[in-house]
Amino acid sequence: MKSKWTDFAAAMAFLLPNITGFVVFTAGPVIFSLVMSFSNWSLLETIDFRWVGFQNYADMFTDEEFWLYFVNTIYLMLAMPVSIGGSLFLAMLLTQKIRGKVIYRTLYYLPSFTSGVALLILWKALYNPEFGPINAVIDWAIQDLRLGDLIVGLTGTEATAPNWLLSTKNLVGMETEHVRLAAKSWGIGAKDAIMFMGVWMGIGGGNMLLYIAGLSNIPQALYDAAQVDGASKWQIFRRITWPSLAPTTFFIVVMSFIGGLQGGFEQARVMTQGGPAGTTTTLSYHIYTKAFEEFQIGYASAVSWVLFIIIFSITILNWRLGGKQVAE
Amino acid sequence: MAEQMSREEYKAYVEQRKRGARRKHIAGQAGRHFVLIIVGMTMLLPFTWMCLASFKPMAEIEEINPVPSEWHPENYLKVFEEIQFGRYYFNSLFVAAWVTFLQTLTSAMAAYAFARIQWWGRDTVFKLYLGTLMVPGVITMIPNYTLVVKLQLLDTYQGLIIPAAFSAFGTFLLRQFMLGIPLALDEAAKIDGASHWQVFWNVIMPLARPGIITLVIFTFMGNYGSFFWPLVLIKSEYLRTLPIGMLFFDSSYGQQTNLLMAASVMNIIPLIILFVCTQKFIVKGIQLGAVKG
Repeated sequence: MKSKWTDFAAAMAFLLPNITGFVVFTAGPVIFSLVMSFSNWSLLETIDFRWVGFQNYADMFTDEEFWLYFVNTIYLMLAMPVSIGGSLFLAMLLTQKIRGKVIYRTLYYLPSFTSGVALLILWKALYNPEFGPINAVIDWAIQDLRLGDLIVGLTGTEATAPNWLLSTKNLVGMETEHVRLAAKSWGIGAKDAIMFMGVWMGIGGGNMLLYIAGLSNIPQALYDAAQVDGASKWQIFRRITWPSLAPTTFFIVVMSFIGGLQGGFEQARVMTQGGPAGTTTTLSYHIYTKAFEEFQIGYASAVSWVLFIIIFSITILNWRLGGKQVAE
Repeated sequence: MAEQMSREEYKAYVEQRKRGARRKHIAGQAGRHFVLIIVGMTMLLPFTWMCLASFKPMAEIEEINPVPSEWHPENYLKVFEEIQFGRYYFNSLFVAAWVTFLQTLTSAMAAYAFARIQWWGRDTVFKLYLGTLMVPGVITMIPNYTLVVKLQLLDTYQGLIIPAAFSAFGTFLLRQFMLGIPLALDEAAKIDGASHWQVFWNVIMPLARPGIITLVIFTFMGNYGSFFWPLVLIKSEYLRTLPIGMLFFDSSYGQQTNLLMAASVMNIIPLIILFVCTQKFIVKGIQLGAVKG
């Protein structure tokens, strides 16, 4: 009995530093930001503190800007299937009997390992429409390879290299000022540039490593049996590989959703300032500008709580659906 | 068919099949390597361009030819003249080292309490911890900022270090490692009269070393690249970390792409060295992180 109490005391002592940090910097802030979201708290001293009830939330939902930034956030997640599918494809190649696995793996992991401000600055230079190497290659292809003539011949439109980070156009054709589609907005622009870069950064990163681990956990006997039965490669993938990887895929999808909904801040801050015309402003960058440039702490807290609730519900929903699928 | 073949014919037939299989195998290997190399080039090209551009004279940046006509290694020295690059380096390493040390220590202690001591309510508290992994960073950022302002830690090293010194992820990771260590070891040590602290420090910590190393690498890297927190917290130039220094370098010297690229190369090199030296731990760590589901 005595040792039970000393054990308890010891456990508390070992937990104390971490629990304190957890209460002060995680649990406390979550509550605090909820409370503040019902106030007009501003860091500007000219504005008096006042409780405003659900005013911040009402303002947010009636403000078309919020919805635009929400859609922008979703837009940048559109490449998720490509990125995750690509990770799986590379992982499958790298789990075959092949030489130089470690070298390939290191190469593929390089972008996600070094990702950060330095790489964003690099991509800003790569995308530069005037002297960036990407458009240099595209211009060369259009003019010297006569690809331009071919495109004019096929589609009847002049082929020009995209303006990348300076363009409000996008592949879906989203308008800049309203949440709706318009033909004139169709093209390749800043949103797509950030999305393509994201695929480059993420395809050989953690997701690929997770798939490699998942693939090497599938018993070889399953494949041998399938081969004896004369199954085709596609059948083997469809019936063995894909179902065996379900837990891994599920984990990756959930994490990508959580990351994606909070994403886009660094890209916007370093590469575009959220522009042109707000087309690369995501919710996290919106929260940043509201809180740290306009000092509207109350309003920014409300936006971050909405984001939190969305992330939370998607996680729960994913657990429900995913739990079932994985159990099958 | 086979019964009508003579022995020689049958042998030749088998040989031929084998050769065919080998040829098919070689073709398959070549095809795979082809795809793998193409992808590898795609990953490597931007880095190559960055390195080459960092040696170019400014006038040549706009040229399509990525190779500089004359090499200017002094671009790298210029970076140190234009901005306090050495200072940013030091700040990043200093802050990351402190955060790593504190976070590993607090996480290891908490992990010990969760993995090696039996106490009432342990699993409930642990689940609560796991739950906090779902709390997005954006929601704690604003309150933490106001808290740091109230504590008068704005624009200080302490403000950068202390809020980052606690981690639910680290606790989780180390707990997984510690669960794998046989309990008999603790009991033997306790019979010899060791206290919990002695068991933790002398028995468990050495045995959990692979986990500790993994956490150290992740925490260090994460902090070396940390952007949001120093961005809102640091006002003085001499306290800027590398990412923040890079950001301001970009906005004030944005036209000097060659210098920017030189700075980026210097920013990335420590990461590449770290990765190449420790990739065994990194790969393991990432794969372990997914087991939590």
